[in-house]
Amino acid sequence: MKATAWMGRDSVKVVDVPDPRIMNARDAVVKISSTAICGSDLHLYHGYIPALRKGDILGHEFMGEVVEVGPEVDNLAVGDRVVVPFPIACGNCASCQQGRYSVCENSNPNAGVAEKIMGHSPAGIFGYSHLLGGYAGGQAEYARVPFADVGPIKVPDEVPDDQALMLADVLPTGYMGAEMCDIKPGDVIAVWGAGPVGLLAAASARLLGAERVIVIDRYPYRLRLAAEQVGAETINYEQVGAETINYEQLDVLDELNQLTAGRGPDACIDAVGLEGHHGNAAMYAYDRVKQAGRLETERPFALRQAIMACRSGGVVSVIGAYGGFVDKFPMGAFMNRSLIMRTGQCHVQRYTRPLLEHIVRGDIDPSFVISHRMPLKDAAKGYRIFQKKQDDCTKVVLKV
Amino acid sequence: MDRTDPTVLDELERRRRGTGLPRLLGVVSLTLGVGGLLAPRTVARLTGVDDSPHAAGVIPAVAARELGQAAGLLAGRRPAGWTWTRVAGDAVDLTLLGRALADRRGERRRRVAVTTAVTAGIAAVDLLAALRAGRARRARERLILMEVGVTVNRPASEAYRFWRDLENLPRFMAHLESVRAEDLRNSHWTARGPAGRHISWDAEIVEDRPNELISWRSLPGARVPNAGRVRFVPAPGDRGTEVRVELGYAPPAGRLGRAVAKLFGEEPEQQVRDDLRRFKQVLETGEVVRSDASPEGVSLHQQLRQRPAQPLPAGLRG
Repeated sequence: MKATAWMGRDSVKVVDVPDPRIMNARDAVVKISSTAICGSDLHLYHGYIPALRKGDILGHEFMGEVVEVGPEVDNLAVGDRVVVPFPIACGNCASCQQGRYSVCENSNPNAGVAEKIMGHSPAGIFGYSHLLGGYAGGQAEYARVPFADVGPIKVPDEVPDDQALMLADVLPTGYMGAEMCDIKPGDVIAVWGAGPVGLLAAASARLLGAERVIVIDRYPYRLRLAAEQVGAETINYEQVGAETINYEQLDVLDELNQLTAGRGPDACIDAVGLEGHHGNAAMYAYDRVKQAGRLETERPFALRQAIMACRSGGVVSVIGAYGGFVDKFPMGAFMNRSLIMRTGQCHVQRYTRPLLEHIVRGDIDPSFVISHRMPLKDAAKGYRIFQKKQDDCTKVVLKV
Repeated sequence: MDRTDPTVLDELERRRRGTGLPRLLGVVSLTLGVGGLLAPRTVARLTGVDDSPHAAGVIPAVAARELGQAAGLLAGRRPAGWTWTRVAGDAVDLTLLGRALADRRGERRRRVAVTTAVTAGIAAVDLLAALRAGRARRARERLILMEVGVTVNRPASEAYRFWRDLENLPRFMAHLESVRAEDLRNSHWTARGPAGRHISWDAEIVEDRPNELISWRSLPGARVPNAGRVRFVPAPGDRGTEVRVELGYAPPAGRLGRAVAKLFGEEPEQQVRDDLRRFKQVLETGEVVRSDASPEGVSLHQQLRQRPAQPLPAGLRG
């Protein structure tokens, strides 16, 4: 089959590899119809997630048709159309049974290494490095899906691929980001990052009753989507920086204080993660250089800003991906102002069914984040334009 | 939890402790030392050197040396080293006695000769003890003892039942090829050894408390004596079962021992941790979880040289 393999820094290639087979009794093999490139795939693409090897098949957002099931899979049949959650979860361990699927205790065969870096191991994830299992990803014609009796859900025919595919990651992730904010009437929610996850976090915050949603990014076309599709207020930190000359690094905070009459947002969502940008060149350079020299692994601008901006006693909800260590974490602000941080890779299995119902009912149409559709064979091009934000790219879906 | 229980791993413990011989020699040293210091004249007369003008100086000096050795040997630390100091002391004493023997006649010569013979006998015992203490120390250094725990989201009874059927062990213990239960007590184990060879041994269950504890040990004749114990303790607040495993191996000297040491590597507990992770997977999910890059399932060793995350070629079985 054809599959998108990581070939080295900033390089992917569609290559021929063997077809996947059933390896465990609870596996299924899915013939993929649609698969997306995620913002976190760009972290892998850039080589910031450790333990990626040449030839690894990428992709953790995919859906398609079941073509083979293992003897222990009793809920799926050949021919079923399914969407597959990106974390691999067994459903039996204590974490899964408490709904924390993305920290499944059994699905990472390489847990020993992850433990060395993170203390304990999170779940395995499709196409997301050897640290998280070494599972072949879904930017391919077929994928083996472990614990197929727990993860994949059947999609009704009337829900098109473009909507259902968003259930693999970005919609549940955005939704969990909003849910962690514990939204109450009158709440103002600020979202850093207007990529697909940030946009869907903003949309979910609306769905969950936020009074106002403010989205922060630097790409006008993405902020336009936030305004038009979600009804959010927007802050472009690069423009703000240009208007007020001297206090660039405080601009977003000033702007948020202006918008909330000094209160600050009730909750802040970091939908940016480890490769943030900063309006101030010196601030950006500080972390960029340290990251390049591997003195720190992340550029946590959004996280720092979210902590500084959040109202005292508010929630900082982190759904942007991080892999290692951050510098200059504003612990003083965090501690003295009674902030709460909630975070995690999304426990997708917890959200797929209720969110599918929202889609069927028309409460939310997540497909507005998709900007590009192209055949699988053009995956390299898809990565490139997504990385460079060319052609107003927000999300690339590869059709198989 | 308390450390490895000597009654379970008693064969290993004996190797660890060595024998009581160095301590016995400490008592000999103490007796000689005290005697030489308190009654140097009597000692000189008995050993036949009371005519020597040097005896009054040499005997207390030898006695002081003996007391020093007694302190070292009775303290029980570094028995091999202290026993070797006795051997060296014996050599000095025999030299002195040899010279004394040369210029003595009659009764004194007889006494010196007897003293020389007794000293030579003690020297032989010292040498034997020193060699044995050295061997014990090296065996102790080779001893591999591990203690690892895992929490399994199943009742203790189920975890116990699975483990008690020893034939299940190879399903999660990577180094085991097979275990055949001969009866409720005895079993025959085969492990993957170095260079594709197999090592087999017989083992017996030493203690079996249903739903609580199982301990076992290899029977005499095993090339790598080993023993183990697993305890199943209900975790607090309905959190499943804490499965705590103690394992010990006593690799022999030589090539096999070196190969076993290499097999376990610098962090032997990691392998047991991997084994227990597989045990948890099998109990909770039904089987060992495999990925394209780790088709054999959990193994830190294997994780360091992964294949790419691509489906396995046809014909290659995961």
